[in-house]
Amino acid sequence: MKFKAWIGLTLLLIVAILVSGCTPEPEVEEPEIAPETEATEEEVAEEPTEPFRIAFVYIGPPGDLGWTFEHDRGRLMLEEEFGDLIETTYIENVEEGPDSARIMRDYAQQGYDMIFATSFGYMDHMAEVAAEFPDVIFEHCSGYKTADNMATYFGRIYQPRYLSGIVAGLMTETNSIGYVAAMEIPEVIRGLNAFTLGVRSVNPEAEVRLVWTNTWYDPVLEREAAVSLLDQGVDIIAQHQDTTEPQKAAQERGMLSIGYDSDMGQFVGDSVLTSAMWNWGTYYIDTVGKALDGTWESHQFWGSMDDDIVMLADFSGLVPQEVIDEVEAAKERILTGDDVFCGPINNQNGQEMVAEGECMSDSDMLNMSWLVEGVIGSVSQ
Amino acid sequence: MRVVFEKRQSISRQAMVLVPVLSFFAALLLGAILLLSSGANPITTYVAMLRGAFGSTYSFSETLVKAIPLMLTGLGVAVAFKMRFWNIGAEGQFVWGGIAGTFVALFLSQYIPDPLLLPAVILGGTIAGAIWAGIPAVLKAYIGVDETLTSLMLNYVAILYAQYLFYGPWRDPEGYGFPGTALFPEAAWLPRLLNRAHLGLVFAFIAALVLWFIFNRTRWGFELKIIGENKTAAEYLGIKIARNIVLALLLSGALSGLAGASEVAGLSRRLQTGFSMGYGYTAIIVAWMAQLKSIPVLFVAVLMAALLVGGDQVQLTMGLPSSVGLVLQGLILFPMLAGSLFTEYRLRIIRQKNEPSISPDQEIESELQS
Repeated sequence: MKFKAWIGLTLLLIVAILVSGCTPEPEVEEPEIAPETEATEEEVAEEPTEPFRIAFVYIGPPGDLGWTFEHDRGRLMLEEEFGDLIETTYIENVEEGPDSARIMRDYAQQGYDMIFATSFGYMDHMAEVAAEFPDVIFEHCSGYKTADNMATYFGRIYQPRYLSGIVAGLMTETNSIGYVAAMEIPEVIRGLNAFTLGVRSVNPEAEVRLVWTNTWYDPVLEREAAVSLLDQGVDIIAQHQDTTEPQKAAQERGMLSIGYDSDMGQFVGDSVLTSAMWNWGTYYIDTVGKALDGTWESHQFWGSMDDDIVMLADFSGLVPQEVIDEVEAAKERILTGDDVFCGPINNQNGQEMVAEGECMSDSDMLNMSWLVEGVIGSVSQ
Repeated sequence: MRVVFEKRQSISRQAMVLVPVLSFFAALLLGAILLLSSGANPITTYVAMLRGAFGSTYSFSETLVKAIPLMLTGLGVAVAFKMRFWNIGAEGQFVWGGIAGTFVALFLSQYIPDPLLLPAVILGGTIAGAIWAGIPAVLKAYIGVDETLTSLMLNYVAILYAQYLFYGPWRDPEGYGFPGTALFPEAAWLPRLLNRAHLGLVFAFIAALVLWFIFNRTRWGFELKIIGENKTAAEYLGIKIARNIVLALLLSGALSGLAGASEVAGLSRRLQTGFSMGYGYTAIIVAWMAQLKSIPVLFVAVLMAALLVGGDQVQLTMGLPSSVGLVLQGLILFPMLAGSLFTEYRLRIIRQKNEPSISPDQEIESELQS
């Protein structure tokens, strides 16, 4: 193919599409408009308000039944709450990286009033776009950068994780529990540590075996990681991933699991003993409500079980009452101030990291980069 | 009976123009079927894609952002493929360009005066890409190791090594533990020309012109072409094949390395996840569609980038699942590639009258030899 052919081709492409674009589209159904005669002063006075437009940027598809599924459930709760006042949309499978800036800028240019981005890796790009569109509200899930028009929001999922660890610790028979983990970042490390502390609080003999996948969303890899843990003899699989694949892998082997993100028992079955799950809807309704009535201000929200943003899903029928009682007691302790990361806590080498009677500060928790005693695995440092 | 592809003796001018145009329309039609079956209006979708890629200065600049790495890696791949050296390793060479560029920007910045830092970053990346391509080249040229495998497998080494670096030793201490290096000092930022489209565009244009000059106006370019077309003839002519393979591959890798260094210095300004997006693999398609010719690579890269950027619109404005966008991109490429194949080759069915009097083994052997 010669160079000329390419020019010709490119031109033809542009002409062809422009021409076809100019033709009217008969398929598009016009919304039924009341006859013009009825459009009197009454309507002019009662100006129909433009809906407040909200866009969500997702790292996976809502069909992952996990992380993105939960955010989308929150979005649907928003729609139910505010009805015609708002209009929402979402884009799925957006790579973390420079590409995401284009997506967010695109939404801002399309006139969206509020943009939620629901993965850590969007942070820098959202900050960049937020600086260009001061009138648009940006909310970033799980990061730490803010601006006048950019807030962060997240939840203390480590609390229900700790509780789910108690379930695993009491129910493991091999004293070996597997944990499929995504990225080596504090968020994941914190969850893993909390889970392990929960396990060891009731079963100091048990260990938590760790496998990193280096991806949030990769159903095949998540499954393979779980299988490799099962091959090592673990009898319960816990995870920090976006899909239910590790749970399914465990079930196929006749093993148990602890879910994450959503109430995974719903999708997989009774082998999922319980799940540490998100409930974004409450937060979304609160923050969008503030945006609608003009009281929205930049903030850093890190909600706890008290705020309903994180919770433990219903127990499966396989969980005995004694275990449930133990979990309830621990939940009570957490809610009354004895949080998960209060000492004594040792790291993997047996060195004391948090002394008895002390608790880690929020900023220490947000920067956590070491693993607690009982985890078999490592972080690259 | 066998079906074989036979290289056409001559290609008519009409075919050269008509085939791509027709395949393009076939592609649009195929895509339309997919869109209709997912309940979308194909025309609205194509218009949205076109607008998304070229509709405003901004969207055009974003298309260029994606086109730049495709241009440079596409040129790199084309150089190697012209010699029938199947360098599948552009991705790895691209990644090494990023790694080396990052190394210079972050760890050598205190030894290099500011005005020289950016050139050093670019040069570092270029050299690293060249070296990475040099490994399969030397193995092939002097020991005869199959380059497809070595160059492909070295990609994984490069990608995983980059991951190791920004997860481990190079991780930004201020980054709350998130994988990614620290931001480059400003002296190492590649200037941006239009929104996010950076100076890499100029590098790509210069590279294309230089390659055109090499292949059409220099003795070395002529030698490379002969090696690609007929190795035996090249040997008779006294061309040093091994040395030329290595040199050409160094050039090929240098271009991909340049792409990687420009990408980190121009776009993300740090090494992080999402840095290697498979440009080095897409580059293979770009190079083939451009018939391995330097200047057309530039245009095909823009077209390809437009397809990627426009593909987002399938989600953004049409509200279709992202998988429809991906399938659409694949569907559009398919007839285009098929078209370019049939311009150069034709299918021939060979009927063998007297069925095998030789054993199957021998037949395979004779086919292998032929």
